[in-house]
Amino acid sequence: MSANTLPGTGRSWSPRALMGGGWRQHGVLIALALLILFNIVFTPNFLQLQTLFVNISQVATIAIVAIGMTLVIATAGIDLSVGAVMALAGALAPLIFGSAFGLDYPVLGLIAAFTLPIVAAMVCGLFNGVMVSVLNVQPIIATLILFISGRGIAQVLTNGNLQTFSNPAFSYLGTGKILGLPFQGWLTLALALLIAWLVRRTLFGRYLLAIGGNERAAALAGAPVRTIKIGVYVICAALSGIAGLIVVAINSASDAARNGNLMELDAIAAAVVGGAVLQGGRAPIFGAILGAVIIQLVKYTLLANGVEDEVALIVKAIIIVAAVYLQQGRKE
Amino acid sequence: MTLPISSPLLSMAAIDKAFSGVAALTSASLEIAPGEVHALIGQNGAGKSTLIKILTGVYRRDAGEIRFDGKPSIIGRPKEAQESGIATIYQELNLVPLRSVTENVTMGYEPKRFGGFIDWKTAHERTRSILARFGIDIDVTAPLGDYSTAIQQLVAIARAVSLDAKLVIMDEPTSSLDDREVAVLFDVIGGLKEDGVSVLYVSHYLDELFRICDRVTVMRDGKTVAVKPIGETTKLDLIADMLGRDIAELESEGLTELAGGQADRGERLIEAKAIGTGRKLRDVDLAVHKGEIVGLGGLLGSGRTETARALFGVDPLAKGEITLHQSKGAPMSPTDAIAAGIGFLSEDRKAEGIIPDMSVRENLTLALLPKLTRNGQIERGRERDLVDRFIQALGIKTASMEQPIRELSGGNQQKVLLARWLATEPDLLILDEPTRGVDVGAKLEIQAIIRDFVKKGFGVLLISSEFEELVEGADRIIVLQDGFSVSVLENPGITENALVNAIAHHHDTGGRA
Repeated sequence: MSANTLPGTGRSWSPRALMGGGWRQHGVLIALALLILFNIVFTPNFLQLQTLFVNISQVATIAIVAIGMTLVIATAGIDLSVGAVMALAGALAPLIFGSAFGLDYPVLGLIAAFTLPIVAAMVCGLFNGVMVSVLNVQPIIATLILFISGRGIAQVLTNGNLQTFSNPAFSYLGTGKILGLPFQGWLTLALALLIAWLVRRTLFGRYLLAIGGNERAAALAGAPVRTIKIGVYVICAALSGIAGLIVVAINSASDAARNGNLMELDAIAAAVVGGAVLQGGRAPIFGAILGAVIIQLVKYTLLANGVEDEVALIVKAIIIVAAVYLQQGRKE
Repeated sequence: MTLPISSPLLSMAAIDKAFSGVAALTSASLEIAPGEVHALIGQNGAGKSTLIKILTGVYRRDAGEIRFDGKPSIIGRPKEAQESGIATIYQELNLVPLRSVTENVTMGYEPKRFGGFIDWKTAHERTRSILARFGIDIDVTAPLGDYSTAIQQLVAIARAVSLDAKLVIMDEPTSSLDDREVAVLFDVIGGLKEDGVSVLYVSHYLDELFRICDRVTVMRDGKTVAVKPIGETTKLDLIADMLGRDIAELESEGLTELAGGQADRGERLIEAKAIGTGRKLRDVDLAVHKGEIVGLGGLLGSGRTETARALFGVDPLAKGEITLHQSKGAPMSPTDAIAAGIGFLSEDRKAEGIIPDMSVRENLTLALLPKLTRNGQIERGRERDLVDRFIQALGIKTASMEQPIRELSGGNQQKVLLARWLATEPDLLILDEPTRGVDVGAKLEIQAIIRDFVKKGFGVLLISSEFEELVEGADRIIVLQDGFSVSVLENPGITENALVNAIAHHHDTGGRA
């Protein structure tokens, strides 16, 4: 039966559509509400402002990477290298502002310490993008290369040592506050708005969704498939780089072995919980933020209630399975 | 209507079905005799698919009665339909291409040895003998995906028959087959009939019905409007029933909305000399001028689609050259081709046309998008105005421009894709099977759109498997064979026979080396 005889099925750009659409989103919101309710009842000191700050500063990195991951997933790809890119960017920053040049010219050094690691991250993204779209390597394999070697490079750069530093200006990225809320929370919000605008209002975004929805059709309609795909991996890597810098700034230390460790799983989980579909074609940016909040809150809940890390991993896995199950349900 | 048959295999009577309050079927009926090949036709949206889905347990009926094989039917799930002897061969085959032919045929019913292991020797033998009944002799241990669509389709039918189906439902079975394969399929249908198996045959190709069907049921607007023995009706008669129009009215208008041969040939838009891209496109010459429709005739696999892809810059040229009217040099990519004023409506709407989850609006403006953009940002007001204009102008039936395109009927999807290209204001439109798989009404509308486009002085390169569309529509037909352009027919004066002869002739003489 053709659907044009079924009026009222047309979707519009309601807030729901903005979030990724449909009843699934309500499911996610309900899950979030239940999590918060559980914590209010069972977790000591949950309603303290300090708890909010801790969670915002923790969720920021997951959310920023999840935004990038959502874009990659929207092209039916995946990026396993995000954690390694975080480590690489994070390792570079202290090397730059701690170098002779950085010590001689603190302001220039600081600027370089913010920009160069992100440029390095974007080069990683370029590598991923070229592997995927020009050499036609499966995304999971293409990004596996940097997943393994990226962290290795970071550890070589730092001789495998934990690098501690004291640089208040740089640490502002992880410890600063605006209007009483952590700086990285605002940064996350700004990045989310920027990327959401990119997805919904620009040529790049429309092409991105078209390529994810039907690559052959998009190519025949003139979409520059390679350029867009490369762009997506570069953006994802840049966001990962920013997240890597935030982690280093929070700790006032760079640990190439641990920075961004297992981040790819958190980011994929957040994106999927937020409504991204692994077959591509959808990029719910604010959904990804919501997904990141849920992932973070689950971690926090388990931690605050004395559950071991290993169990926390199992719970995370259950969340991913549940999210994928909901996706399957949508396709019926 | 004819009298009810005495003991039908299937009888569906007074079937009602509504989706969210909108009636899809009102008192629809369908009756099939044992061993009968029964055609079910109607425009898209007439209710054919809904009726079939109720029969196969995909949907539940709101009212009405179904009797199958003498018993009231209680089919509630597709699996139950299969078990009671109803097999469906879908347009999109639901087989497993990477597994062997044997596995596909015996899936779920594998012969077992002691201990529950699959007895492959017996399985292969059984598969071979099943396929032999259809005159297919292939390596059953090879992956199914290695074979042509036609073979895959026959394997699907073989599987259905091996499961003792009493009724085989075929939904557009010939849409991806060439003539020879169609002949094999029709032989198979004949064989089924002899074995007393009934076939419900759904097709847009009316010519086929007259070759193989016994009776035909016509649906329109959710109702069964006619049931006739095929021998007592004509093609025009059936079209009139489907459209709810008068035969006399149709006869005076001709079967298509096209009228070739009257064009004043204008400036040359594109010329291809001896182009080739590989095995399927070896050496083709053609030119399209302003104000004319040039047809590409030929069988499936003769290189028609490949020619279109080469002209549009999808496949790189291995030889020959393409000259565009403003510039020399072939388009190197679709982006180039669009910039040079070419549009390409591809053959496979689902795989290469629509972005299913995107809205009508987003699908419609996809090719034009760079021009709707300022500083990388889409100008949404202009976009909406443009989409509005095209929805009105082409009569696209959609709830709103935000409705996902996948929810539209095939004909309306095709109109959106046509609008996608018209919006780019091309000088040359390459149309690959523009009316395939759309209902009769939409077909006439699409043909009218093409005619208007050409009238405005633009050029069209038309690929169509429907000879009448080419014969009536094209000013010239370039006949292709095995990747070569072999002859040119000029309208007026082309007849279906002349075209068929031109397509067949060189095959007899061995073609060109």
